[in-house]
Amino acid sequence: MCDTCGCGMPSHEHAHEYESDHDGHVIELEMNVLAKNDVYAAANREHLASRGAVAINMISSPGAGKTTLLQQSLNQLKDWRPLAVVEGDLQTDNDARRIQGVGVPVHQINTNNGCHLDAHMVGHAYEHLSLATGSLVFIENVGNLVCPAGFDLGENATVVLLSVTEGDDKPAKYPVAFVNAQVMVITKTDLLPYVDFSMDRCKEFARAVNPDLEIIECSSRTGDGMDGWVAWVKRLANQVAS
Amino acid sequence: MHELSIAQSLVEIACDQAEQAGAKRVTRVSVLVGLLSGVVPDSLSFCFPIVCQGTAAEGAELAIQVDPAKGTCPKCGVSVELNDFVLICPSCGAFPIEVRSGRDLKVTALEVEE
Ligand SMILES: Nc1nc2c(ncn2[C@@H]2O[C@H](COP(=O)(O)OP(=O)(O)O)[C@@H](O)[C@H]2O)c(=O)[nH]1
Ligand SMILES: [Mg+2]
Ligand SMILES: [Zn+2]
Repeated sequence: MCDTCGCGMPSHEHAHEYESDHDGHVIELEMNVLAKNDVYAAANREHLASRGAVAINMISSPGAGKTTLLQQSLNQLKDWRPLAVVEGDLQTDNDARRIQGVGVPVHQINTNNGCHLDAHMVGHAYEHLSLATGSLVFIENVGNLVCPAGFDLGENATVVLLSVTEGDDKPAKYPVAFVNAQVMVITKTDLLPYVDFSMDRCKEFARAVNPDLEIIECSSRTGDGMDGWVAWVKRLANQVAS
Repeated sequence: MHELSIAQSLVEIACDQAEQAGAKRVTRVSVLVGLLSGVVPDSLSFCFPIVCQGTAAEGAELAIQVDPAKGTCPKCGVSVELNDFVLICPSCGAFPIEVRSGRDLKVTALEVEE
């Protein structure tokens, strides 16, 4: 019911009009600015649910290791469920080709300098991929730690990746991505000896803005911690299925 | 700069709603920007007139009301105004503050002309 006037219409959807002091009208609204994206996101959710599929939205700054993590972990998941990857980049299909290299169906979205994926683009990617029943879909968002966080893609979970070379204070400096994620994957842990990165400080900063955040440490180079990531993915997929 | 696509959605909503109300022009758009919405008001103000060009909202004024984030401490019950995303109670140190508002991003009013 509408909070503004109790008219029985869902709020966010309708307008009330009255004369303004000037010549014109004032239309009072209560509408989410991203309402349209949310409609597409809901359609994506339905599309996934109808196929028993699960989607994971991966967000990080450019170069944190999203594609490499996928390359290294998809092999371990291939026999478990049908996989698919949606790649988002400003330009090029380099990442799609890297994923093709491990034999997983992939659709590349080029945003032509758009700084994030939106639900509409992802919906079209699903159509291209014609997702098999029970698919596990990884959406690699455009490399950007700020902008993608506000756009619901209809995913089942959001993962934020942070590489140890970026510094342990990023969750404090760029909190939005960490607030909206369920998991933080701290990547490139093989490089820890070469950088000033305190694992404890990083976790503290991250949990200060998101107390429920799960944290996984891993290295795609050595394979350390990869099992933890794969286990989390399986747990999520099983949870959604039940 | 996701504020550019935020501005696009905003102008689209404004023009659609104006048309539905039988109006020709949008002269003012009021938005509520939650402090925790991830949208930077200055960036939005910068993008807005650019996106308005060539639409029924060309030349419209953008009125941004920043919605300060509010929360409640789960331990001492104090009402807290949050200035950032850090959810530690300033009065007793408890954690995490339960956020009640400040995440919204809404169009609240339009001024239109026939
Ligand atoms: N040392 C090390 N380098 C890595 C690791 N993961 C990725 N990289 C390197 O980091 C760079 C960016 O990785 P990429 O997966 O393309 O990042 P994306 O932009 O997030 O997809 C590449 O040169 C990778 O080889 C890791 O675990 N350890
Ligand atoms: Mg990549
Ligand atoms: Zn308190």
